[in-house]
Amino acid sequence: MSAITPGADRDPADVVAAPFRADDAQTIFERSHPGRRAFVAPALDVPERPLDELLAPEMRRDRPPQLPEVSEPEIVRHYNRLSKRNFDLDTGFYPLGSCTMKHNPKLHERVAALPGHAKLHPLQRPEHAQGALELMWRLQEALGEIAGLPAVSLQPSAGSHGELAGVLLTRAYHEDLGRCPSKVLTPDTAHGTNPATVTMAGYEVVKVGTDEHGNVDLDDLRAKASDDIACLMLTNPSTLGLFEPNISEIAAIVHDVGATLYYDGANLNAIMGICRPGDMGFDIVHFNLHKSFTQPHGGGGPGAGPIAVSARIEPFLPRPVVVRRSAGGDGHRGDGAGTVFDLDVDRPKSIGRLRGFHGNYGVFVRSYAYIRSLGATGLRDVSETAVLNANYLLARLREADAAKYLPVAYDRLCMHEFVLSGAPMKRELKIRTLDLAKRLLDCGVHPPTVYFPLLVDEALLLEPTETETKETLDRFAEIVAALLREAAEDPEVARRAPYSTPVRRLDEAAAARRPVLRQAL
Amino acid sequence: MTRYTAATDADREAMLGAIGVASIEDLFADIPSELRLDGPLALDRERSEQEVCAELRALAARNASTEDELSFLGGGMYDHYVPALIDSILQRSEFLTPYTPYQPEVSQGGLQAMFEYQTAICELTGLPVSNASVYEGPSAVAAAGYVARHDNRRRRFVVSRGVHPHARETLRTHAHAWGMEVVEAPIHEGRTALPELDEDCSAVIVAQPNFLGAVEDLAALARAAHEVGALCIAACDPLPLALLRTPGECGVDIAVGEGQTLSNRLDFGGPSFGFFSTTEALVRRIPGRIAGETRDLEGRRGFVLTLQTREQHIRRERATSNICTSQALNALAGVIYLSWLGRRGITELVELMVQRTAYARERLEAIDGITAVHREPVVREFAVALQCSAERVIARCQAMGVNPGYPLGADYPEHPDALLVAITEQRSRADIDRLVEVLGDAVAGELRASAARVGV
Repeated sequence: MSAITPGADRDPADVVAAPFRADDAQTIFERSHPGRRAFVAPALDVPERPLDELLAPEMRRDRPPQLPEVSEPEIVRHYNRLSKRNFDLDTGFYPLGSCTMKHNPKLHERVAALPGHAKLHPLQRPEHAQGALELMWRLQEALGEIAGLPAVSLQPSAGSHGELAGVLLTRAYHEDLGRCPSKVLTPDTAHGTNPATVTMAGYEVVKVGTDEHGNVDLDDLRAKASDDIACLMLTNPSTLGLFEPNISEIAAIVHDVGATLYYDGANLNAIMGICRPGDMGFDIVHFNLHKSFTQPHGGGGPGAGPIAVSARIEPFLPRPVVVRRSAGGDGHRGDGAGTVFDLDVDRPKSIGRLRGFHGNYGVFVRSYAYIRSLGATGLRDVSETAVLNANYLLARLREADAAKYLPVAYDRLCMHEFVLSGAPMKRELKIRTLDLAKRLLDCGVHPPTVYFPLLVDEALLLEPTETETKETLDRFAEIVAALLREAAEDPEVARRAPYSTPVRRLDEAAAARRPVLRQAL
Repeated sequence: MTRYTAATDADREAMLGAIGVASIEDLFADIPSELRLDGPLALDRERSEQEVCAELRALAARNASTEDELSFLGGGMYDHYVPALIDSILQRSEFLTPYTPYQPEVSQGGLQAMFEYQTAICELTGLPVSNASVYEGPSAVAAAGYVARHDNRRRRFVVSRGVHPHARETLRTHAHAWGMEVVEAPIHEGRTALPELDEDCSAVIVAQPNFLGAVEDLAALARAAHEVGALCIAACDPLPLALLRTPGECGVDIAVGEGQTLSNRLDFGGPSFGFFSTTEALVRRIPGRIAGETRDLEGRRGFVLTLQTREQHIRRERATSNICTSQALNALAGVIYLSWLGRRGITELVELMVQRTAYARERLEAIDGITAVHREPVVREFAVALQCSAERVIARCQAMGVNPGYPLGADYPEHPDALLVAITEQRSRADIDRLVEVLGDAVAGELRASAARVGV
């Protein structure tokens, strides 16, 4: 650090504290200088023909795309410096509710990069992709076991894509029975993806209320259940972090009107090996492999959203389905035990494809490795510890000031996450949930999910996950208590936070009013 | 305890005490006892890292990757060279492990990369707006169809048979739920031959280049769509766009496509990313995340997710899409790769592929028993018809360590024994010469064998 020479007009301490702060919003396009390059093309080793002969001039663009002209060292430095402007899970606590920010094991990156996985072409013939198909088949089996349902499709690309698959399967199921209900029920606590999915699948949304304990309002559900209802989409534990104790009754109400029961798997991390959606009466389940099953989030993907379904939904699964067959003895490179794995496209009742090829295989490799690492007892331990950590953090946050200003929204044991309300804090300390979140950034932790669920005023949704230590949770509770004390003394500090981040509070309204969505070149 | 958790018995005891319950079981009291599993899941035992690593290696070893054979497979995903700096940057935890950038003050790296990515995609497509990525190519076509549906509320998509078969099927899956019909336009001598269009047509959907490799006349297709007030959607391969007239110049309303070719792994088909770019007129109907430039309260430049009122977490059932998690890391690879290629490099790369592909096409079409499927210009992929069983020829070639391409018969019954051959920059003249030799021998052998069978 002593090598840094501060500018004449800057305090040396500032420069040392924030070395990546000043000039790093320069884009890669702004670093471009005509004539620089990182790429050298392989030699032209075939007889050269005039380009005009191969692609007539009128087919070609007039000028090349104005991509940056930069050397390799510049690119590396640019993106490394950009990376330092991100907070990440490998660096600090990330209790972002509903997102399950658990540790991403490093082994998974190593095995996903093996050429046999990473350089396998999706149109390779099944007999030359037996390892990949077996891995997919075994992952299907494991996810089916975890869900308590008999059939799985790995195809959907993310949770919301799995939801869409589920509602399209519901439509196909009803159509097959000659029914055409027009509405889908979603609780008022649902993730935004649920109602958005319903519309995309051509249905109308009907909201179901929540009772004073945070459970589905059964009277409201009964009143709205009719033969015009195609499905109820439910998250259990709910987005309030609460297990729905009336789930069996809910399933009966829904099934009595002929509807399907859909399980949003965003919160599966709470119940693995403890109970199963299939046993609760769910017909369709999606998994977020980037939540419960450790695919790194990548700053917004990739993920994967496989679905598990009951026997009555199975005929409609997206094509193709990975299947295991007995070997025909024709030299297939099977598993050596007389079976081969194949892609089954001959599924006449299938809803069809949801995307190209077979799904996000690279994600399957990681999640399969995770399930193999933990096994049955390990997965149960994960859920137990996730629930233990959440309840412990909640207990710590019920102490002293935190309980007064940030009361828990529903006063009962939580599952893997819980909701606090910042309403008293806003009223009495004059800082909003948003201000507390921004001030947490200065303390080196990522804030919880804020302003969701919509049902709770000034909501904070906290999910510590099982991979955090007791010390981390203690430290977080101490930070929150300290920030509340700070706000009691001077609320302005939090209102203007953060201070130590690469940029300070950003003007999102201006960004939306006059959108600048690309660099002017 | 697992190797990824840290709660020791002593920790558990202390934590349960603080919570005020006696046991872990008590924490699950809300779960009715009849729903609790009474035994372990039917999964295997816990395994060491070393054991799992060995198992995943063994599975990988039973796949024939592009390192194991000389592969000319394409058909939507291509074996391009991935520069080393991609691996290095993508494995940085600051890019690999954050969530979607909900807190922009600590997500400037990811947000700025999205902004740079959007700029690069706009440069390729010649359209003014791009989002920050969608899942992948075929579902991007369906996402574009959803925009068209809301834009004009018409009831029919006209989709070229030159569009990837998976994309056409994906579109049909979605269109059914929207109560819309999908009509396919045939390929005539390599290019899309549109039927008579009418005012029920919501969008004309084409591919550039098309699935048989041919470069389409996008401007003519867009004109035909616009004459009946329909949108024109083009599913584009991003690398050829470096050389071809852009969708924007041609009047295309929405250009989408598969981004795998921009330094994403093959990964047996995913994860990769889809791109989505469009006109100013449709900007508020775009699905997914969009990064925008703004200032912080001290006037410093910064980036945020913007136009969020389109999105599911705000607009719920009236959102333009349900997409949430998409493909940020894959799109990051894309923009780093485009910077690595640079303005001149991308043209040089695509021109090299055009030259080698022309060479391969000429050599293959000169083989007895192989003929052209069409004579239209191509960039890195072309189709040839075999005068014998494509399946048996492929098996013969693979036995010689060469994967000669993708058989078109299942998707194109009109070309029962055709082969789609892709020539990326990783296939040298020597590789192409080897293909010519092996494929030539296989076709000759198969012709002899079938003559013998007929003779018997």
